[in-house]
Amino acid sequence: MNRYPLWKYLLILMVIAFGVVYSIPMLYQPDPAVQITPASSGLAIDEGLQEDMLAKLEASGIQVKLDSTVELNNRSAIIRLADDDEQLPAKSALQDLLGNDWVVALNKVPTTPDWLTALGARPMSLGLDLSGGVHFLMEVDTEAYLNTRQADNVSAIKRDLRGERIGYRLVDADPDTARVIWLGFRDNEALRDGERYLERNYEQFTIDRTDYNDMPGLRLSLSDQEVANIEEEAVKQNLTTISNRVNELGVAEPIVQQQGTNRLLIQLPGVQDTAQAKKVIGRAANLEFRMEAQPGASSATSETFRYMNAARTAKLERDIIITGDVVTNASVSFDENNQPQVNITLSSAGGARMNQATRGNIGRRMGTLFVEQKTRVERTVVDGEVVETTERETTKEIISLATVQSALNSSFRITGVGDINEANELALLLRAGSLAAPMYFVEERTIGPSLGAENIRIGINSLILGMALVVGFMLIKYRAFGAFATVSLCVNILLIVALMSIIGATLTLPGIAGIVLTVGMAVDANVLIFTRIKEELNKGALPQSAIKAGFERAVVTIVDANVTTLIVAAILFAVGTGAVQGFAVTLAFGITTSMFTAIMLTRALTNLVYGRRNVEKLAI
Amino acid sequence: MNGKIIDFMQWRKIAGAASIALFVLSLVFLVVRGINFGLDFTGGALIEVEYVEAAPVQEIRQTLTEAGYRDVTVQLFGSETDVMIRFQADNDPDLGNKVVDLLTASGAELELLRNEFVGPSVGEELRDKGGLGLMLALAVVLVYVAFRFQFKFGIGAVAALIHDVVIIGGIFALFQLEFDLTVLAALLAVIGYSLNDTIVVSDRIRETFQESTETDVVKLINIALTDTLSRTLITSFTTALVLIALLIFGGQMLAGFAEALLIGVVVGTYSSIYVSSNILLATNLTRQDMIPPSREEPDLTEEKPSWLQDD
Repeated sequence: MNRYPLWKYLLILMVIAFGVVYSIPMLYQPDPAVQITPASSGLAIDEGLQEDMLAKLEASGIQVKLDSTVELNNRSAIIRLADDDEQLPAKSALQDLLGNDWVVALNKVPTTPDWLTALGARPMSLGLDLSGGVHFLMEVDTEAYLNTRQADNVSAIKRDLRGERIGYRLVDADPDTARVIWLGFRDNEALRDGERYLERNYEQFTIDRTDYNDMPGLRLSLSDQEVANIEEEAVKQNLTTISNRVNELGVAEPIVQQQGTNRLLIQLPGVQDTAQAKKVIGRAANLEFRMEAQPGASSATSETFRYMNAARTAKLERDIIITGDVVTNASVSFDENNQPQVNITLSSAGGARMNQATRGNIGRRMGTLFVEQKTRVERTVVDGEVVETTERETTKEIISLATVQSALNSSFRITGVGDINEANELALLLRAGSLAAPMYFVEERTIGPSLGAENIRIGINSLILGMALVVGFMLIKYRAFGAFATVSLCVNILLIVALMSIIGATLTLPGIAGIVLTVGMAVDANVLIFTRIKEELNKGALPQSAIKAGFERAVVTIVDANVTTLIVAAILFAVGTGAVQGFAVTLAFGITTSMFTAIMLTRALTNLVYGRRNVEKLAI
Repeated sequence: MNGKIIDFMQWRKIAGAASIALFVLSLVFLVVRGINFGLDFTGGALIEVEYVEAAPVQEIRQTLTEAGYRDVTVQLFGSETDVMIRFQADNDPDLGNKVVDLLTASGAELELLRNEFVGPSVGEELRDKGGLGLMLALAVVLVYVAFRFQFKFGIGAVAALIHDVVIIGGIFALFQLEFDLTVLAALLAVIGYSLNDTIVVSDRIRETFQESTETDVVKLINIALTDTLSRTLITSFTTALVLIALLIFGGQMLAGFAEALLIGVVVGTYSSIYVSSNILLATNLTRQDMIPPSREEPDLTEEKPSWLQDD
């Protein structure tokens, strides 16, 4: 009685081996490092550059980790450093050497031995609360995007109808809802032509005949599905732009992902300068190029703008030549007067439009407008309740107004962009692309590196103390069986860590709390079994049959009780975000692994010690 | 059956009355005092700074209020040099640095540890989602237990869970303990824990009903409760041990989590003994209820997957 066949022992040993292999990478501290990535695709890291970088670091008195060279990884290079404190000096030294064509980022690289990496074992990544860094949640203003899209549609429809020589009188966006566009026609014949044309070329609209302003008219409306598609597009494009911008910031292992329908989650581990990060990430900025208005131009065709860096105004035409969207590259250099300038390269279509617009206007002045969308949240108290109104404003200011010397094409430069930092920022924004829709920050968290380290210490200490207390109690209470339970408990923690590492979970402070809690609750399965065995012994059963009956009868209860808890963990994961999800994952893994360790491992240990022989008395 | 049977059910009327009283009182506290929601739920700004010397709490509050920040609360956070400052503010990229500048203007030395901003809409959404999660958890538990055991057990289990959650909420409202995301996680973990307890007891009640020759329902429940008592107490004890470890070492970040769970373990242990059994008696549980309609004979081995079976 109470024997396990060999295969069960082997299975258990295999599971434990699996747990060990996939959890030990956590014991290797990562090395501080700097990562160098080319900013444009044409550049590659050759040996000469590697030597230059190492020489520069040596010259700046920065210690590279012993025996370490430049490691190449895809297109980027990694240099391990001897000490955490040398990361920042190393970054600035290398940036100094390499200039703006390269992105230098701080990084932590794992020191996991190769044989473990080959097995796919790698350390769990640490959440921001443990590693320090910045967390942003941004909301995309999809409504604003929809409005812009509809305004574009209105101009496109006008242009097309004109081109088709269809007699329309009015094309208006509905002032109340962004989904509807109204059209008024000269007569019924024009209406019929217009309808036929729009049905063929503007399939996204549902078209209804209805009078508009006492004219025969059409009502063009977008379906819910269309609106959802457009909004989805805005969010996706913003996601891409933000990812580009984050890459430009030079952060190692950033997270940029969509959350819900219209929010983006951005996590930048290790970043401390939030102000700079926010400025670059959240900026809804763009450029517009327009010709200066002719003297005496009416306000229907011209607009007056203020200068960005001077208390002056100038009048520009309403027609926009191009916007920043057609910019394919932008870099900073210095002009003859040693002032920073931004060199701009346009797409071929953009270049053609620029050429067309400037060809006939040599000698006139062209203005560069900096367009920025800002969000202001106002709180007012109405009837004792705080009411929030979000106000969005768009500011357009002139950066430069310069005389067109010759016809421009796809590459040109703009001057008067402020100091070198502002020029760099503008170039970055132009390179990374503009945001499709304005965004605003709805959540922001910064955790300092010392607090992160403190949280790790807190978590580990709680785990050790919790383990010690529980193990001490189990040994006193159940003696030999307490020892079995202790082994099970340790294997349990090993397995939780291994499973979390494999699925690539992020370890957070609440996650550690979940593991600690699991320690307390996981012994429950063992306790259930042990009290059953004791009960059987009290009933007068012999030790061997008491063990057998104890395990068998407890199993049903254990499974039932744990399945319900598993359900709760699943719900927790479904409705929670971030830290709560981390907690749910640890809880779920803890339950699953504790079932395995309590039922199989404790049983195996019991069988090893007590099985196959006559036992007079159990140490329980 | 050996040993003495503890007559738990003789106090069931008192326990029932006590539970109802506590439950109602908790509801009153929840309504009158309300929950002190943390930043995660209310929205606003939170800044944690560490002073080199003891932090001048009064002065900080005054400085910030004079600088125009609204609803400023300043409290020591773990030690007398560590301060947590909360206030309502618009989002501002430089907020953390601005506050640090204001505070260092008087010559104090300090370091910015943490800087958080949560928009009000996010908080509101979280509250809705958290409430929804609780409801969903309760509904699923009801269905599962009704399916696995019997409908009356389902009601008993859910009643015990609502009892626990409301009383923990009441205690948080009474002492105005801060309710943040980790506390919500703890509350959901309490549901898991208390459920675990209740299921173990229910399982035993079912088994006792099926195997014992005793016919008196009250006595049967007493037998089941006595049999599971030592397990119930030991598990509560080990769980309480790790929670105490968290309270000692977990610092302020995990204090709310550990407190909520500790209360939950105590209340959950009590409710698994008294609340669900009381409901079972109140709904006139009979032996007939325990005979599964589809199964002629309860067979324990049938429930086990093959890998769990002993050779």
